[in-house]
Amino acid sequence: MSVFLQTNLGIAILTLLESLAIIVPLLLGVAYLTWFERKVMGAIQLRKGPNVVGPFGLWQPFADAIKMMFKETIFPTGADKVLFTIAPMITFGLAVVAWAVIPVNDHWAVANINVGILYLFAISSLGVYGIIIAGWASNSKYAFLGALRSAAQMVSYEVSMGFVIVTVLICVGSLNLNDIVLAQRHIWFAIPLLPLFVIFFISGLAETNRAPFDLAEGETEIVAGFFVEYSAMTFALFFLGEYANMILISAMTTTLFLGGWLSPIPFAPFTLIPGVFWFLLKILVCLFVFVWVRATLPRFRYDQIMSLGWKVFLPISLVWLVLTAGFLEIFGMLPHA
Amino acid sequence: MIQNLLFDLFSFILLGSAAMVVTSRNPVHAVLFLILAFINAAALFLLAGAEFLAMVLVIVYVGAVAVLFLFVVMMLDVNFAVLREGFQRYAPIGALVALILFVELALFVTGSTVAPGAAAARLFPTPDNITNSQALGSLIYTNYLPLFQLSGVILLVAMIGAIVLTHRDRKRAKRQNLDVQHARLPAETLTMVSAKLGAGAAMPQPKKETL
Repeated sequence: MSVFLQTNLGIAILTLLESLAIIVPLLLGVAYLTWFERKVMGAIQLRKGPNVVGPFGLWQPFADAIKMMFKETIFPTGADKVLFTIAPMITFGLAVVAWAVIPVNDHWAVANINVGILYLFAISSLGVYGIIIAGWASNSKYAFLGALRSAAQMVSYEVSMGFVIVTVLICVGSLNLNDIVLAQRHIWFAIPLLPLFVIFFISGLAETNRAPFDLAEGETEIVAGFFVEYSAMTFALFFLGEYANMILISAMTTTLFLGGWLSPIPFAPFTLIPGVFWFLLKILVCLFVFVWVRATLPRFRYDQIMSLGWKVFLPISLVWLVLTAGFLEIFGMLPHA
Repeated sequence: MIQNLLFDLFSFILLGSAAMVVTSRNPVHAVLFLILAFINAAALFLLAGAEFLAMVLVIVYVGAVAVLFLFVVMMLDVNFAVLREGFQRYAPIGALVALILFVELALFVTGSTVAPGAAAARLFPTPDNITNSQALGSLIYTNYLPLFQLSGVILLVAMIGAIVLTHRDRKRAKRQNLDVQHARLPAETLTMVSAKLGAGAAMPQPKKETL
């Protein structure tokens, strides 16, 4: 058997199984994240949330999915049909392929590659295409406005996100995600790099176009932004893509700042619990904050989003990068020095 | 074997999308094919073992530069029939550039050496025991530091130039000062008036507006 796994076919089958082991729980997670969000927001706003379909409304995601599948996909007049159909696939596909490198436990990643964090950053920077293509292909003013807003916003926040990632890399001395988590055995990066942790999380909100930065959607001004013309499954893919991206950003935050699969309480009974459990728990905490922010904060004005990104986050992350590098150099704490 | 197949696949898509960039009637399609070409070039870098370059190509060119291309092309109302009018006039120059590029590539591929000293520097293999990014970093920040710094300065100058060219100081525009806004208290902006029923109340004079 182990000989078979060394052949090309064996490796291909193994990789396929590993991918399924990531994708199936991810899709279930996306489905139940929508339920979780509605329940949490219901509780915050003193409502019940979904409670009719199944016990505690637990079958609600499936009811929604079935409803979406049986609806008609409508193409607007003058729309670019090919691009119109490809755009939601790009959004959803990118949110899924990024999971290839995320370690859910020690060395448990489909691909444990040397440049893991760069891969994640590259994939998340591609996410803007789904939105911008959708906005253009819809042949609609509102959709186009939403797409342009989102393009400018995502490109802006990627810059400070990049600097935050570089700072973490200086502390680790490796681009490998597994090494990044292992470097946090003694202290999670969220503690020494607290301001950057906050900046990363807020930029994550902006990257995923979530409230309070959901200007691309902006239903009060541009009805629903880039996906105003979408219906049925094409709409569902955008919807799922948004939630999959939320889980992805939470996983990135967990890996970079919250010690990944490492146990938060570093002694006996807690370290025996498998790392996957801690990893999922930390993701869940991040997701709760995502929902909490959405339920409590009003939407930003567009120029304020831009000035926050360029005039506040960028200088802070840049200065913190130089400070961290200087500190590590002076005290001789640079890894692989 | 798989690597060869993948190489063929990525090269075919790369060449095909490159051809489509030039021939597409719709400029937005052309830019999207350009992006596809970039991504396949990154995949070819990966096959060649240059993982860092592949990721940087995707992050910088696809994630930022091409987005701005797309942004501009979508906003412009480009009429390609008008643009094509100068085609015959500029064709000789274009052909010349293409010829030069072709000769250079041909010289490189056939292995003929113009400068013998360059052969040693070319195809510097990455050592096995360190990663691609480490090898690149230890070269850039030691032997090639002046060149690296210089390219940074060139980019900075280009950025300042772009800002100077496009920045207009709109004196008439209303500007907001966030700190002043945050420092405002309800007492400065809000006046509670209890009006008698049916009598109405005089509008209180607004205080001097501090934006």
